[in-house]
Amino acid sequence: MVELKTKYMHPIDDLLRLDRVPYTWCPGCGIGMILHHTLRAIKELEAEGKIDRNKILFVTGIGCTGRAAGLVNLDTAHVLHGRAIPFAIGAKLANPSLIPIVFSGDGDIAGIGGNHLLHAARRNMDILVIMVNNFTYALTGGQLAPTTPYKVYSTTTPYGNPEPPIDTAKSLMALDVNYVARWSVTHLTKIKDSVKYALTKRGFRFIEVISICPEIFGRHIGIRNPYQLYITLRKIAKIKSKPSFDDIKYDWNSEITCGVFVDRDNPGYFDRLKEVGVIKSG
Amino acid sequence: MRVEFLSSNEASAEGAIAAGLKVYIGYPITPSSDLFEYLAEKLPKYGGIVYQAEDEIASINALVGAALAGAKAMTATSGPGFSLMQEGIGLAIMLEAPLVIVSDMRTGPSTGIATQIGQGDIMQARWGSHGPYNLVAYAPASAQEAFDYTVKAFNTAVKLRIPVIVLMDAILAHTREKVIVREPGEIEVVDFKKTKKPPGEYKPYEPDPEDLIPPMAFFGEGYKILHESLAHDERGYYKTSPEVYRPLVERFIEKVERNKSYVVASKEYYTEDAEVLFIAIGSVARSTLALVRDLRRSGIKVGLFRPISIWPFDEDKFINIARRVKKIVVAEMNQGQLIWIIKKILWDNRIFNVEVYSLPLLLPDLPSPDEIYDEIKNRGWKLW
Repeated sequence: MVELKTKYMHPIDDLLRLDRVPYTWCPGCGIGMILHHTLRAIKELEAEGKIDRNKILFVTGIGCTGRAAGLVNLDTAHVLHGRAIPFAIGAKLANPSLIPIVFSGDGDIAGIGGNHLLHAARRNMDILVIMVNNFTYALTGGQLAPTTPYKVYSTTTPYGNPEPPIDTAKSLMALDVNYVARWSVTHLTKIKDSVKYALTKRGFRFIEVISICPEIFGRHIGIRNPYQLYITLRKIAKIKSKPSFDDIKYDWNSEITCGVFVDRDNPGYFDRLKEVGVIKSG
Repeated sequence: MRVEFLSSNEASAEGAIAAGLKVYIGYPITPSSDLFEYLAEKLPKYGGIVYQAEDEIASINALVGAALAGAKAMTATSGPGFSLMQEGIGLAIMLEAPLVIVSDMRTGPSTGIATQIGQGDIMQARWGSHGPYNLVAYAPASAQEAFDYTVKAFNTAVKLRIPVIVLMDAILAHTREKVIVREPGEIEVVDFKKTKKPPGEYKPYEPDPEDLIPPMAFFGEGYKILHESLAHDERGYYKTSPEVYRPLVERFIEKVERNKSYVVASKEYYTEDAEVLFIAIGSVARSTLALVRDLRRSGIKVGLFRPISIWPFDEDKFINIARRVKKIVVAEMNQGQLIWIIKKILWDNRIFNVEVYSLPLLLPDLPSPDEIYDEIKNRGWKLW
C-alpha cells in the first residue's frame, strides 16, 4: 500500500485528507479543479518560502463548495451557512498571524452571507475570499441563487427567474478592497496564479471563479454534458486586461468578463488598527 | 483588589477582563451597549481587541472563530440580538467553542420597549437553538454578582467548552453600586485545557474520558484541525450513523450534567421556617426580597429562593426547601418561564403537597415591593 501511494502520489496529496477520497462532488463538477489550483498556489508559495501552511485557516460555509473544508489537510472549519467570513475574521482577531482563506459558494457568500461580504470588503479586512460560482443552490437541489441568470429555470422559479442576478465581483469594486479578480474553470492556471498573488497581499482580496455544475445548473439550462458545458463556458468567459467598470459583463447569454478588476495596496484592517493606535505595531 | 462604583454592565466587563478576555465582538443594542463601550475603551489596554460586527449573527460566528483560535471571547446583547445569535450558539455547541454571552433582557416580543426591563430570555437561553444540547446560564442580581458570575461564566465556558450565558436585565444592567473588583491572583481563573498530543495523533473532538471534554488545540499551531458544524466523529469527519451521532449529542448533554456541582449556584433568604416561598431572579428578586422583609415584619413566614444558575438549576438546594414549604410563588417579568422549571423539578421529585402559583408580571417597569404585593392581592390568592 505504501509503495502504491508513493508511486501515484499527486503533488497536492499532502494538502488533502486522503482518507476522505473519493469525495462527495458529482462527476463533471468544477469545484475539484478550483480547489486543486488553490492548493497548488499554496504549495508553490510554500516552496518559495512565502507562506507557512500551519498559519493558514481554511474556512468554508454550507453548500457544495463548503464541503471542501472536510477534504483539505490544513486547519479547517466547515461552519454555518453564510458565516464563513465572520468566523474567519474572529479567528484572525484572536490570532493576527493566521492567514484566513474563505472558500465557499455563491449562495453562501453572495446570498445568505452577502452582508458579511459587504462589510468585510468595506473594512479591507485581511482575508482572502474565493467564491465558487455555479449559478445555483446545487447541494439543495437547484433552487434560485442571487447569481442565477435572468429567465433561467430553477426549482423555485419554475416559470423562469424574474430577477436580474448580482455581479458579485463587480459590486465589490465600489469598496476599499485591495484585490478583485474573476476567472472560470476554463482558466486553471490563472486561478492558481491569482490565488498565489492574492495570498501575498494584505487587506481584502476576492476571487470569483465561475464553475460548471452539469448535474444541476447544466440540467436547468439544457446542457447536461460536462464537456459541452465546459466548452460553452469557455466561449462566454472572456478575459480582459484591466477592464473598466462598464466593460465588465455578467451575462450567461453573451459574456462573463474575467480578469483582474482591482489591484491596489491600501492599508488593511490590521494596519489601520495600528494607525489609530488600538493595537501596538509589530 | 479595588473597590469601584460600577453599573452591572461595567462590573460584568471588569469580570471579563479579570477572567482573561482577549476578544470582544459586539453589535450595539440597548441596554447592553455601555458594556461594549466600556470595553472598547479599556480592553485594548489589557492587550485585548474589541470589534464591532455588522450584526449579531456576525458577532456570534466571529466569536466562535476567535475562541477556537485561542482567545477568551465574549459578546453582550439583548433580546432581539440574542434571538439572532441562536443559530451561532448551536455552532458553538457543535464546535465546542468556549465563549460568554451577556444578554441584558428587555421587554418583548420583537423590538418591544428597548429601554425597559423584561425577563423573557430564560427559555430562549436554554432552548433557542435547534437540536439536543446543554449549556449554562447565570442570572446575577447585583453589580457585584455581575462581576463574580462573569468570571464564573468564563471559567465554566473554558472548563466545559460550551457557550455560557449571563442573563441580566435592563434595570440590573444599569444599577450602579459598590463592586469589589478582584485581580486574577485573587480569583479562580480557569485556563484552556490544551492537548498534550502531537499533531497527527490529536483529534479535535476526542473527549477526555474523565470529564468528557476534548482537550483543545488552536488554529495556527500545526495541528491541522477540522472543525465541523455537521454531526462528526472524533476527527471532525461528517458521519450520519447513529453510532456517531448519538454519543456526540449525549456527550453535549452529559458534560454539563457531570460537572453540575461546579456549575450550580443559588441564594436563599428566610427559608428555614418559611411557609410561602417566593422564587425570582435578577432585579425582580431584589424587589421580591424587600417584599419578603416587609411581610416578615408583619409576622408572615415567607422566604425567597433565588436561583443564580438557571440552567442547570440548583435542584438539590431547591428541593430541600420545597419539601418544607406549603406554597411557592414564582414572580417573573414574562408570561411564566421560570415556573416551567419549578414545576418540572417538583414533578420529577414527586413533591405534590405544595401549591404552585405563577406570578407573571407583564409590566414595562420593575414593580416595587408594594406593587408585587398588589399583584398578589388583585389575583385574590390566599397565600397567608
